[in-house]
Amino acid sequence: MPGLNAFTTLQAEAKRSWQELIESRTPHILIGTATCGKVSGAMSVYEAIIATLERLGIKATVTQVGCFGMCYAEPTVDIALPGQPRISYGFMTPEKASRIIEDYIIHHNPRPDLALCTIGDGRIEGITPFDDMPMLKGQHRIAIRNCGHINPLRINHYIARNGYAGLSRALSTMTPQSVIDEILKSGLRGRGGAGFATGQKWQYCRDAAATPKYVVCNADEGDPGAFMDRSILEGDPHSVVEGLTIAAYAIGAAEGFIYVRAEYPLAVTTIKHAVAQAREHGLLGRNIMGSGFDFDIHIKEGAGAFVCGEETALMASIEGKRGLPRTRPPFPASSGLWGKPTCINNVKTLAMAAYILAEGADKFAAIGTERSKGTCVFALAGNINHMGLVEVPMGTPLSEVIYGIGGGIAGSKPLKAVQIGGPSGGCLPANLISTGLDYESLAKSGAIMGSGGLIVMDEGNCMVDVARYFLSFVQAESCGKCTPCRLGTRQMLDILERITRGEGHPADIDRLQELAKQIKISSLCALGGTSPNPVLTTLKYFLSEYEAHIFERRCPAGVCKALITYSIVSDKCPGCRKCVKPCPAGAISFVAKGQPVLLDEKLCNRCGVCRDVCKLGAVAVS
Amino acid sequence: MAADLGSSSIEIPRLLAGFRRDRSALIPLLQALQQAIGYLPAEAITAAAEHLGLSETTVFSVASFYTQFKFQPPGRDKIKVCRGTACHVGGGERIIAELQRDLGIKPGETTPGGEYSLDTVACVGACALAPVVIINDEIFGRASPRQIIDELANHKPGAGCSCRD
Repeated sequence: MPGLNAFTTLQAEAKRSWQELIESRTPHILIGTATCGKVSGAMSVYEAIIATLERLGIKATVTQVGCFGMCYAEPTVDIALPGQPRISYGFMTPEKASRIIEDYIIHHNPRPDLALCTIGDGRIEGITPFDDMPMLKGQHRIAIRNCGHINPLRINHYIARNGYAGLSRALSTMTPQSVIDEILKSGLRGRGGAGFATGQKWQYCRDAAATPKYVVCNADEGDPGAFMDRSILEGDPHSVVEGLTIAAYAIGAAEGFIYVRAEYPLAVTTIKHAVAQAREHGLLGRNIMGSGFDFDIHIKEGAGAFVCGEETALMASIEGKRGLPRTRPPFPASSGLWGKPTCINNVKTLAMAAYILAEGADKFAAIGTERSKGTCVFALAGNINHMGLVEVPMGTPLSEVIYGIGGGIAGSKPLKAVQIGGPSGGCLPANLISTGLDYESLAKSGAIMGSGGLIVMDEGNCMVDVARYFLSFVQAESCGKCTPCRLGTRQMLDILERITRGEGHPADIDRLQELAKQIKISSLCALGGTSPNPVLTTLKYFLSEYEAHIFERRCPAGVCKALITYSIVSDKCPGCRKCVKPCPAGAISFVAKGQPVLLDEKLCNRCGVCRDVCKLGAVAVS
Repeated sequence: MAADLGSSSIEIPRLLAGFRRDRSALIPLLQALQQAIGYLPAEAITAAAEHLGLSETTVFSVASFYTQFKFQPPGRDKIKVCRGTACHVGGGERIIAELQRDLGIKPGETTPGGEYSLDTVACVGACALAPVVIINDEIFGRASPRQIIDELANHKPGAGCSCRD
């Protein structure tokens, strides 16, 4: 087993080969091949690049990297030529990528027209430097520090960027207690959503008398709209392995589990690969770095139950049972897996813990607000221009994330609401977007940090429909163990469905509020307990919309099918036929060029495709 | 219902041999069986129960809790529509509705001839490319109902994985 000296050698070797790669005389091409990249066709871009290099006889290093965060511009290809800053290109197609390879590498034309930005020292005429990119300049990357920079399948890449230095420091110079003290000093709080002090959790587990002890990484990111854990597992899996190993050392565990969603097949593959690789390099297993500390990790794949993201349900699932939550206390720190002390942390928390041990608590604590230290990672999606992954200091105003980093609302429509924290979170209205993104400020507004999904909604979204959507999600995913969640959310959903059908009663608003209160206080776990949040926040901030549905039988956003009809505004319609083919109901017929199309109301299923495709505003909803 | 296990009936004992006789192996074991057979027929439940010394009821009660496990043979082409928030905002429900109409089945069902099965999935985490539909192992981002229906029409049932990537 390699001792500490062996790690120092490993690190020196990794840094040397990394430096060689960076300073190489051959071009370095990086292609984002995380799930988002692959969905956008990154692999055909990859193949085209390999073929082009071969055809042109260019010797280059091609690296597949994780997601850099600019998902909206996927697939992305970066090219670094010797002595030049790396250039990032977005919206690639196989043809465009081949063209750029030829233009830049052979003809020295960096194609500023297709570039997103440059990364690293030096400037290239006509291309925005990384730090001036609106999407990147407000960010501070800790949890996603390596995503998009390293090949996730190469442990050496991670080590070269100071990976496993935190573990090495812990094992060689610190006692388990001083590791916990370091985490306490950093102010790190659980990034799974609840924000409990990580150091304190580790301390409880360390102080528990029973043995053996276990550590668990909760990688069951089930919140719809959240994908940062997936991106970290796919782009930088070793940071999670390292963080979990540090946690194990701190609490005194010899065995750990990573419970990862089966819906993330690529993440499952990368994390399995990382664990095997860490084992091969003596960073997992017996006598890690010659310290006498033994620790190994098992990967458990989830089986498609949202409730398993709740820690007690997750543990039941690892034990081979139905993933049902149980009451707490006892907390997992004293009685977890098989009744033994168990420490459960989220993916981001562990990636940050590894950083804290390597860089020191002070560096982390210097970022963020008084009570919310460090950074938070968000998945930006919905009606926003720059969809993707962002990491900002805690306390950053929501407006900066939406308008600065996110580039504003798609189609320049007015912002209506931001849904934050998934089914457990809430919908904040446009006038609250100065809210700081930290645990305290968000709690004050009625939302929560949750796992960090940020869904931006414009005027075309109906908030009653959004509340109904979340309730239908919770209702479908409720494990059914406790009555408030199983039946209470069913009742709330029934009411909301009625309202969206235009059959609401004046008493429904009070009834929703009463049900929400009861479900909040009497549910067994957080899934049930927080499930009324989307309803409560929409009632609080968008009451008029509920009232329009109930009293006027009207959906102001034009979403609720039972309350709307579509028609063609004849003086705006040039008969261009753009809406005819996409109409899934065959309700639109073409008359003649220059004449407006005809919409058959009986056939129309009010799906809205015609309105989406019509750029002339010739489809009206009333 | 008699399950057509085909060649996989030979694989069950070989598959089970790789798993510890420990309850915590139950879910991974069922996942491996489903991977090999395509679903969990009664024989698979019995074999898993015997291997782990659990009752069939226990095994079935665990399996039926998780949405991943299927007890009926899936369609030759498996369609999954993401119902995450971004997909909902981007028109995912419209796709579900159109597929329901086109295939004549609801999510969770298979067409009578066994050509297609339709399912929803909580969130595939590709929210920036919403709405998202998965046909077998191929993920389609920024999908529209028409595109998916056209894709299915051009897709020869039973052709297997048509992974672009």
